[in-house]
Amino acid sequence: MTVPIGAYLALGALLFVLGVAGVLLRRSALIVFMSIELMLNAVNLTFVAFARQLGRLEGQVAVFFVLVVAAVEVVVGLAIIIAIFRTRSTIDLDDVDLLRG
Amino acid sequence: MLLALIIAFPLAGWLILGVVGGRLPRRVIGIFASGTVALAFVASVAASRHPAVSAGGLTAPLFSWISVGTLTVTAGLLMDRLSSLMALVVTGVGFLIHVYSMGYMADDRSSARYFAYLNLFIASMLLLVLGSNLLVLFVGWELVGLCSYLLIGFWFDRERAAQAGRKAFIVNRIGDAGFLLGILLLATSTGTLEFGRIGALASQMVPGLLTAITLLLFVGATGKSAQLPLYVWLPDAMEGPTPVSALIHAATMVTAGVYMIARLYPLFITAPLTLPVVAGVGAATAFFAATIALVQWDLKRVLAYSTISQLGYMFVAMGVVAMPAGMFHLTTHAFFKALRFLAAGSVMHAMGGVIDMRQLGGLAGAMRWTALGFVIGALALAGIPPFAGFFSKDLILEAAFTSAQHGGSWLVWVAGLATAFVTAVYVTRAAILTFLPPAGHHGHPHEAPPTMRWPMAVLAVLSVGGGALGAQAVGAPLLHSLDRFFAIAPAAESAPAVFLTMISVAIGALGIVTGAFLYRGRREVTLGAVGRFFEQQWYVDRVYEAVILAPARALAHFCADVIETRGIDGAVNGVAALVVRAGGTLRQAQTGYVRSYAAAILAGTIVVLGYWLLR
Repeated sequence: MTVPIGAYLALGALLFVLGVAGVLLRRSALIVFMSIELMLNAVNLTFVAFARQLGRLEGQVAVFFVLVVAAVEVVVGLAIIIAIFRTRSTIDLDDVDLLRG
Repeated sequence: MLLALIIAFPLAGWLILGVVGGRLPRRVIGIFASGTVALAFVASVAASRHPAVSAGGLTAPLFSWISVGTLTVTAGLLMDRLSSLMALVVTGVGFLIHVYSMGYMADDRSSARYFAYLNLFIASMLLLVLGSNLLVLFVGWELVGLCSYLLIGFWFDRERAAQAGRKAFIVNRIGDAGFLLGILLLATSTGTLEFGRIGALASQMVPGLLTAITLLLFVGATGKSAQLPLYVWLPDAMEGPTPVSALIHAATMVTAGVYMIARLYPLFITAPLTLPVVAGVGAATAFFAATIALVQWDLKRVLAYSTISQLGYMFVAMGVVAMPAGMFHLTTHAFFKALRFLAAGSVMHAMGGVIDMRQLGGLAGAMRWTALGFVIGALALAGIPPFAGFFSKDLILEAAFTSAQHGGSWLVWVAGLATAFVTAVYVTRAAILTFLPPAGHHGHPHEAPPTMRWPMAVLAVLSVGGGALGAQAVGAPLLHSLDRFFAIAPAAESAPAVFLTMISVAIGALGIVTGAFLYRGRREVTLGAVGRFFEQQWYVDRVYEAVILAPARALAHFCADVIETRGIDGAVNGVAALVVRAGGTLRQAQTGYVRSYAAAILAGTIVVLGYWLLR
């Protein structure tokens, strides 16, 4: 039995919405970061699902790009979070509002 | 070649003095500057003896300057009878005044600058008189104006001198605007500015256009030659060093307007309306300025108003088509007015700069030569025979009389005679107040040094003997030469002429006697209400104040207080306030929370997606 494409897409959308909710609602920088990863992987899932459905490779290639970028992003993002923690002893995003106008 | 050389000498003097003058010893500067003018004089004499000068003009085209459409202007030089006379007067009197300046400016710390300017002036004036077309003349015209400005404000650390220089420059701009318009109108309507060709074209031009052109040119002349209504700068120009007043503001530059009219006489005698205007303005200025000279206490201002008055005579001569007489008066006036200024400068030099005649007096004993020179100049100015001024002034009055007989206005002649009377009175007044006892000071005046005495002596001889250039008894060489140039029949000596001469001499003598009686014992007569009227310059300044300055000032205040502050400043401030207020509102959006930025991105994405979906 084959799982219909609609299920993959629904799961992707659900994961994405969970990610968005995490980014918007959580205060810990690490959780926000994980939520972003969740959003990326939700998109990856839809890419793979479409690639499979259409029998074409471009979607899978895109997934590899996303994975590479996500890995790089993790490096940079974690470095930033560590730097913030070292200077302010917290990673609560509500305390990091230096850009307030 | 020779013509270019005449200008090149003083020009080189200016360049050299301007660049290295500061490092030369003072004596060397003076001798060098005088030397360049002496060379220019020698070159002028040599050039004026060239046969082509009396034949129609020695020309020296230099280069093609402007070539636009049908208009071609060649920068070139021209020496004919008229310009050779001017060149000789400029370089001759100029040389004497350079020599005089060596003594007068001996103690000044910036004498290199002074002599550099003076040399530049001589070069510019020569360019003015030797230019072969109106545009070259105009270049010289502006350059002498610049030199005049620089030399009036020579002592620029004195507020009054700096202001006087500015005033001269600005008033001259008004005249020059008219002059330039006249030149442009002439260029567009005839397509040529060459003096040689303008004459032939004059008769073919539309009379109205010709009148407009000549009147505009005359506006320029009233500025440069200090006639009504633009005379106001010349009295203030006396703030400059006295030799400058003698050279620029009496003998040469201010006569440029007269020379210009003489140079363009074919235009002026063909234009129907212009000549009466010229004669009228000249006569009015002559009388007007003479009355003001009568009540001045500043000796140099007396001479300044006297210069304005005599320039009026020259314009009268131009206006009644007696160009030779006008040029003759220009020449003799250059001699005797320069002499009077140099004598006044000698007095200033001796008295440590005092020029108020109430604080002078009794100088005749200590300054015999200066006093003699001053009196000779005074007699020449008053028109007493056999001094030079008598011959030239008499010729002008005669011409005015003849013109009145042939339909001209008698007022011109009457104003001329009245001016002669007032002139005789004020020269007597100035001489008495300055030189006769009792002294109004406690100083110990000394006679001028030889470098100042000798130029005065030469000018005194010329003031006495200069009349011979135009005296019928000795053949009037200058007048005949000019008569041929202007192609005007020489005035025949007739019975009324002798009668007229007697009248003008009698009036001159009467004026001297009146002056001697009025101011006997150096009385400070003020002439009551009439004197006050004259002293206030006939309230011309008040009229200018009310008619021109007050509205101009009101306009300036309107611009400054309303247009500037409310209009322009308001717009600029308004833009700034708008930006500030908009920024203040928008900064609320910058919370600094990462999540609000993320929410904004999300909202934007949804909007864009929604647009694409619902499209």
